[in-house]
Amino acid sequence: MDKDTDPSGESFDRRLKAARERIEPRAAAQRPAGGGMSDLGLVLRAGTELVSALVVGVAMGWGLDHWLHARPWFLILFSLLGGVAGVLNVWRLVRPEAMNAEANGPDNGSGRI
Amino acid sequence: MGVIGESLRFSQSPMMMIVAAILVLAFLYVGMRPAAVVPGRLQAAAEICYDFIHNMAVDTIGPEGRAFFPFVFTLFFFILAGNYLGLLPFSFAFTSHIAVTLALALMVFCLSIIVSLKVQGARFFAHFMPAGAPKALAPLLIPIEILSFLSRPVSLSIRLFANMVAGHVMFDMFAAFTIMLAGLGFFGDIIAVGPVVINIALMALELLVGALQAYVFAILTCIYLREAVAH
Repeated sequence: MDKDTDPSGESFDRRLKAARERIEPRAAAQRPAGGGMSDLGLVLRAGTELVSALVVGVAMGWGLDHWLHARPWFLILFSLLGGVAGVLNVWRLVRPEAMNAEANGPDNGSGRI
Repeated sequence: MGVIGESLRFSQSPMMMIVAAILVLAFLYVGMRPAAVVPGRLQAAAEICYDFIHNMAVDTIGPEGRAFFPFVFTLFFFILAGNYLGLLPFSFAFTSHIAVTLALALMVFCLSIIVSLKVQGARFFAHFMPAGAPKALAPLLIPIEILSFLSRPVSLSIRLFANMVAGHVMFDMFAAFTIMLAGLGFFGDIIAVGPVVINIALMALELLVGALQAYVFAILTCIYLREAVAH
């Protein structure tokens, strides 16, 4: 760096940035995505997202049946709705970024890490 | 915890929670005590931890994230310390109990609802009907959106709980294989080394899973809070 006699600071910044990207290209590429662990986290999330909505649906159906004495009907209905909600959760997680911008769900399209 | 613990209804689980909390506090206190301009090793570690969560909160939530940073920081390091303490021999992983993880997840869920209601008011409920969808589909879409929303604390808690239980069950299984094989005589003794080696590899995997699950829990907290503060 002792040879750096270029008066414009902008040029140095650019070269520093290029050098940093050369040293750790992976980190530079991953930074916009929100950190290195996020991809692995995404994989681990998908399965539980699918199951948990179904669990909530079944629990709600079971509870409503118990409360209103309508034995099988709410369980059937809410199991189906829970399954749909689970698929919706996974879709929110894996859909392309471009569709996130225009999405309007309760999560405002930001289910992705 | 013996007779005293039994009479106080105080089990290993709350004890490990207290140990985890003390460890995190001690790490930060001892690390930051020098308060040097050029940090030593421990201070650098404490500063990196602080910066890591601070960046995560501010990048994910936005400028309002600074207000939630202490909450996310506490959550992340409590879970991380719990996961890692559970890996020590004769210790106990309190994050492997659904009661603990569900309590943490419900805390996040309730906080996000309270913040949503405070920031967005009645508009919060408008999110349950996707904009642009036909009105005729509302009776179908609204329950699905509500179920999807209610599944958040469940998925948050089940993910952490299931990962920790699965890891510890695998340790247990391979350790049991070693004991069973050792009962087979000379060749069994030789083969019994295999599960021990696998357990060592699993320990490395569990170190990754422990950090990853704490990270996922914290980042999801940030995502839910971002939705709550979004206008």
